[in-house]
Amino acid sequence: MSALLRIDQLSVRFDGREVLRALSLEVARGELVALMGPSGVGKTTALRAVAALLPFDSGEIVVDGFALSPGPVPQESRLVALRRRVGFVFQAHALFEHLTALDNVTLALRHVLGKTRAEAETIATALLAELDVGARAVAWPRQLSGGEAQRVAIARALAPDPPLLLMDEPTAALDPARRSVLGATLRRLCQQGRGLLVSTHDAEFARAHADRVITLTA
Amino acid sequence: MIAAFALCLAAVQHPTQVLVWGGDAEGGAPFVEADPADPSRVRGFDVEVAARIARGLGRRSAQFLQVQWSNIDQSVERGDFAIGLSGVEDTPARRARHAVTLPYFEFREVLAVRPEDASRILGLTDLRGRRVATLGSTIAYDMLLGARDSTGLIAISYDDDVHPYSDLVAGRVDAVLLDHIIAQRALRRRGGTGFVILAQPVAIGHYVGVLAQANSALRDSVDLVLREAMRDGSLEQIFRRWNVWDDSQGAFFERVLRGGMAAQAARTATSNQVLAYVPSLARAAVVTLLVSILSMTLAVIAGLALASGRVYGRSVLRVATTLYIEIIRGTPLLLQLFVIYYGLAGVVRLPAFIAAILALGLNYAAYEAEIYRGALEAVPRIQLEAGRTLGFSELQILRLIRGPQALRYALAPMTNDFVALLKDSALVSVITVVELTKQTAIYATNIGSWVVPGALCAIVYLAMSLPLSRLARRLERRWKAP
Repeated sequence: MSALLRIDQLSVRFDGREVLRALSLEVARGELVALMGPSGVGKTTALRAVAALLPFDSGEIVVDGFALSPGPVPQESRLVALRRRVGFVFQAHALFEHLTALDNVTLALRHVLGKTRAEAETIATALLAELDVGARAVAWPRQLSGGEAQRVAIARALAPDPPLLLMDEPTAALDPARRSVLGATLRRLCQQGRGLLVSTHDAEFARAHADRVITLTA
Repeated sequence: MIAAFALCLAAVQHPTQVLVWGGDAEGGAPFVEADPADPSRVRGFDVEVAARIARGLGRRSAQFLQVQWSNIDQSVERGDFAIGLSGVEDTPARRARHAVTLPYFEFREVLAVRPEDASRILGLTDLRGRRVATLGSTIAYDMLLGARDSTGLIAISYDDDVHPYSDLVAGRVDAVLLDHIIAQRALRRRGGTGFVILAQPVAIGHYVGVLAQANSALRDSVDLVLREAMRDGSLEQIFRRWNVWDDSQGAFFERVLRGGMAAQAARTATSNQVLAYVPSLARAAVVTLLVSILSMTLAVIAGLALASGRVYGRSVLRVATTLYIEIIRGTPLLLQLFVIYYGLAGVVRLPAFIAAILALGLNYAAYEAEIYRGALEAVPRIQLEAGRTLGFSELQILRLIRGPQALRYALAPMTNDFVALLKDSALVSVITVVELTKQTAIYATNIGSWVVPGALCAIVYLAMSLPLSRLARRLERRWKAP
């Protein structure tokens, strides 16, 4: 079976400085891969390159048959297929501050996928309930705790039903009990057939929940 | 400057030394103008009349103090100078409020029209529905206001006596009503072409000297000097030197010396007079509100376009929009008003109201653009990236994520700007739009006091700006995510 995500010899430079060098990895459907390493080693950079949020200098990225090449980031109109395949959960959650938790989740369903408000709300309500934040649907982002905001952000990324989910440092702001709840949630997503690539510098979390751990070195 | 101030102070405190008199050199020749040979000195028939009065009073000399023409009455009451002489008109209101000398010159209020209209227009009654210009705060302006109701003409007030005539030639107004001296001067400046002065005067008026109400003793002395100057021919010589003497002046002097020119019946400001101005103040308030709302609408639309250019545009567009913003913010609004109204008149002859909205709107657009740019950039970049990963287009991100949040950031400064614009709209009076402040000034000049008009004007401005501030606070509260 071909990999859901294949990264081959990925290198990224910022201002002539190499921040990521020849990274290669694969993520299969139903697999949780942890990307480890000390701060500044390029974990976030790798995730952002996969999400086409920054250009890379050499190598290749293929997501479920959609290939990204070195050079400038393509226009959004040429990335539609990639956007349908990749969900991204940012370390700072990046919830839209002017919308409630529910509307954060329904926004892409309505305006990208063209669902009606009722359809979108049904999907979003189910997702929020599944992630155990159903009771917070009408809350504003700044009323949510760190853990709640993270789960809303996961629900938002999952709403368009992408097969691949990228998560940047999901455990950074969580206490140990919350980490293990998050781990269980992520395992459940894998069981649904999604592939997860999670950057973390939390070795214990990676050992406990990841199928494979890839360690980057400076 | 301090030395000049001390000198003025000394002059006022020691009246036996010099006679300090006030006038407006902007009024120009033949009244008072800066001497081309030595611009630090003034010349004109009023300058010489002042010198003659000083001599007659036994003063060493007459010293000129520059004061804006429409403020002469207020300044003389404040004690800035002893006597105001600068084509000051003899009016009942002025006599009621101040000590006024004998009239020393008789002028005719004359109509100027374009040559092709000369056969059709013979007086104010022929100007129904037409635009008639004059200098604000003058007898002529009061006459036009009086004729507005009876003849249906449209009175347009100017702050200077040059632009009424250039606008007449340009077709912006259909007639000008002003003193014959001013009309003849304007015609000479244009080489005798462009308009004609109707022979039949609309009214007769007189120039006087104005002194503080409490200074009536000095006024009586000045009257004696003026009679003497009429008798000994020195006043006639002055007027002849400045080419403003004609036979009617001789007959007028006769009447004055015979005592036929007793002070006209003084009229005091009554409560009726105060009430009479309320409708015109209300009309002016509507003009202020209309100018402000339309200008702000233009400013918001143009500001959004400019901000988009700065945030999303390629480098050429970014440089162009930045240049526009810096030029507009770096030059006075007053200058921009003049350029759009008078400067562009050769290319496009904009009506005053449109020019006012354009100038204010395009000026405020530069400030709005900076507010919108700041607000757009205040939305965290990571939210825009989250939008991209969810598959939104750039336009959708602006419409659904960036725009709504930026609007909330921009709301408070936008309201501040609108309140400021409401007050800055007073500047458009320089291009003949009579709005609230201008109407108040006209009102204050006519009744000779700023107290009631000033208070009324302030109340109207507050009534317009306070609800706005409240509305903005409410919107902010409602839109603000807790």
